[in-house]
Amino acid sequence: MQDNCSIEMRNVSKTFGRIKANQDVSLKIYKGEILSLLGENGSGKTTLMNMLSGIYFPDEGQIFVNGKPASITSPKDALKQGIGMIHQHFKLVSVLSAAENVILGLDGSLMLDMKEVSRKITEICERYHFNVDPDKKVYDMSVSEKQTLEIIKVLYRDADVLILDEPTAVLTPQETERLFDVLREMRKDGKAIVIITHKLHEVMELADRVAVLRKGKFVGELMVKDTNPQEMTNMMVGRTVMLNIDRPEPVNPTERLNIQGLTVINEDGVKKLDNVSFTAMGGEILGIAGIAGSGQKELLEAVAGLQPIKSGSIIYTPENGESEDLVGKTPMQIKNAGVALAFVPEDRLGMGLVGGMGMTGNMMLRSWQKGKGMFVHRSDPTALAEEIKEKLEVMTPDINYPVRRLSGGNVQKVLVGREIATAPSVMMSAYAVRGLDINTSYTIYNLMTTQKMKGTAVIFVGEDLDVLLELCDRILVLYDGKVSGIVDGRTATKEQIGLMMTRFEGEGGEKNE
Amino acid sequence: MNTIVSLLYNAVLNGTPLMFGTMGEVLTEKSGNLNLGVEGMMYMGGAIGLAGAFYYEKMAGSAANGIVAILIALLLAFIAGAIGALIFSFITISMRANQNVTGLALTIFGTGVGQFIGEYMRTKEGGYVVVGNGLKNFFQASPFPKALQDIPVAGKLIFGHNIFVYLGIIIAVIMAIYMNRTRFGLNLRAVGESPATADAAGINVTRYKYLATVIGGGISAIGGMVYIMTIAGCVWNHEGLAGEGWLAVALVIFCLWKPISAMWGSTLFGALLIMYLRVRLPIPSEIYKILPYVVTVAVLIITSLRKKKENQPPESLGLSYFREDR
Repeated sequence: MQDNCSIEMRNVSKTFGRIKANQDVSLKIYKGEILSLLGENGSGKTTLMNMLSGIYFPDEGQIFVNGKPASITSPKDALKQGIGMIHQHFKLVSVLSAAENVILGLDGSLMLDMKEVSRKITEICERYHFNVDPDKKVYDMSVSEKQTLEIIKVLYRDADVLILDEPTAVLTPQETERLFDVLREMRKDGKAIVIITHKLHEVMELADRVAVLRKGKFVGELMVKDTNPQEMTNMMVGRTVMLNIDRPEPVNPTERLNIQGLTVINEDGVKKLDNVSFTAMGGEILGIAGIAGSGQKELLEAVAGLQPIKSGSIIYTPENGESEDLVGKTPMQIKNAGVALAFVPEDRLGMGLVGGMGMTGNMMLRSWQKGKGMFVHRSDPTALAEEIKEKLEVMTPDINYPVRRLSGGNVQKVLVGREIATAPSVMMSAYAVRGLDINTSYTIYNLMTTQKMKGTAVIFVGEDLDVLLELCDRILVLYDGKVSGIVDGRTATKEQIGLMMTRFEGEGGEKNE
Repeated sequence: MNTIVSLLYNAVLNGTPLMFGTMGEVLTEKSGNLNLGVEGMMYMGGAIGLAGAFYYEKMAGSAANGIVAILIALLLAFIAGAIGALIFSFITISMRANQNVTGLALTIFGTGVGQFIGEYMRTKEGGYVVVGNGLKNFFQASPFPKALQDIPVAGKLIFGHNIFVYLGIIIAVIMAIYMNRTRFGLNLRAVGESPATADAAGINVTRYKYLATVIGGGISAIGGMVYIMTIAGCVWNHEGLAGEGWLAVALVIFCLWKPISAMWGSTLFGALLIMYLRVRLPIPSEIYKILPYVVTVAVLIITSLRKKKENQPPESLGLSYFREDR
């Protein structure tokens, strides 16, 4: 294997402020192999790879490319060394066309020759069976098209090492399958591929070797053919973790939300929800599946009172109370009635948390009305922050450390933990585990199930279909703002939901149940 | 007919300083920097440009050459604006300070420097700073032969303007080609839209931001010089530029960050600025004079309603960039 070594990292360390992101990590990456980098949130996977792609520069340690020491101080250096990274949040300029994005930053003649660029892109597309129009603007592209474009960008630069940071997080099962085929094709071409993912079944399916990081340190590596998800998880977490989701039968489900004919038109005049009808039961988890942007966000926001509603009704029945229509109520009234929303947007700080504040400050955002007179209460939020830090194992130097400086997964724990703490009677969460590691994800699934057993109606918008199928009692599938069907979580298959996500199967409603 | 020709002619004349101010700011904003110091840079350009021409004439006496005087004024104005923009760049790009505050500070600073130099010259030279008639003619007359200018209507409108009008058009065309057709222009647009993307693609974000802002500041400052040397009659007055720089900032939005549109936009605003002199309307002249500012407000409201993606400001406009931020 020695000759095949493409990249070697030797004793690499990187510190951010008070947080040690990587400590003394040594790692080898081989040609013609798919390496999967595993680790919990904040274990430093992305940081480690960012040092290869030139975003960060290591504080200590050395990097060898093809056996020669290399100093990678900028993304340009990385590209020169043949290293290309596809970031979790795509690095594309949305007002530019596909071709313009591809040649961004490349050296060459002063005047642009877009025809030649398009020709080369078409060549790459034919080689790997992509389907991308070089003149299409990025803002018109779907998530999977954008990702394809990112891959083309790297291939156009003749990269030999491809790093993908959670590439499947936003893809449908079919798109994921396509991506894996492409990656296998590249492996055949002798390229070295590193993939960061939390989905262990994907690792089993795709990778040859896994390297595990824990709290910034390298803890070991395994050959995929000799291991199993349980062993990998234990290695990641450092102790034995139960890898199944408990799904007790719903106890005495009662109707909490009854939504009829909900239609929402956004400010651009686009219909985001079209005649959506369903019920959410107390004591049950209702999953919502769909391709990103199918109306999940609008649906939850409409219920929470954050979206103007064109037509339809949202009848809410509290545990021992009168039914009332939530349409036309203010977000504050809805929240006080017991409907909570934990929305994790793509940029986790965008909604719900204030980046510059610590955990305590962010807890207070939910309780600021509770103080006496003009003063706020500080002790309760502090206690809550401590509790969340304990229970969800938030990695932070202390609870007043600005949440902006925590890693993505930790930020999310803070957000979800706070929403659950309000003990609502309808609990809505979107992408609650987006980007979270396996251990924390299971903590959150269990929290959802606990809520369900308390009689809460849980609405869970998720991305990972395997999880939705394991966790939810019923799954509502959205397609382009319409209800494409509602299926039973215990009997439905992944393929069935995948198909429903990509095409509308008539007036599905509850018929598929 | 004569009224219309005269209105159009004067619209171009009065729009030229705005055109330079706008083009400079377009270049700056394309790199994602919102430099609100245009007024200040134009002030410095105006005062220092005038000073250059004035002292050159004083030294050279009757041997003073018009072309040399124009070049000196252009160069000094450009350098003055570039220095102002360099201060802005250092504070906002390297130090990552807030761009709005820094820009406002630059306006105050530049206005002060301009006024100081202008007033200093005035008191030093006996209360009145003006360039001699010979040189003045170079700054204000058309560079084309009389025969061309004498063609009815078209002669005045096409060949009758001062040299800065044509210089501005040349710069606008070059900028348009640069931004839309060249590799560097594409990189610059990427920097303004998404510096993180540009950085990951290997573009030196800091260098692009500095260069665009400094050159943009220089071009804006030329507008101030053009104002003093043409409209204001080569003389320093207390009013200075009367808010031309702020109109330029608004014009950038009106022109959708396109240099070619800066030509039409500045001509339109040039017309609005002088309409009260040329077209009589039965309203008090004080109200008539505020027309350009009212239109500015209306334009900002209307343009903010536009939805098309291409017509939006550069996405990271006004934000500072730090690669290792998380």
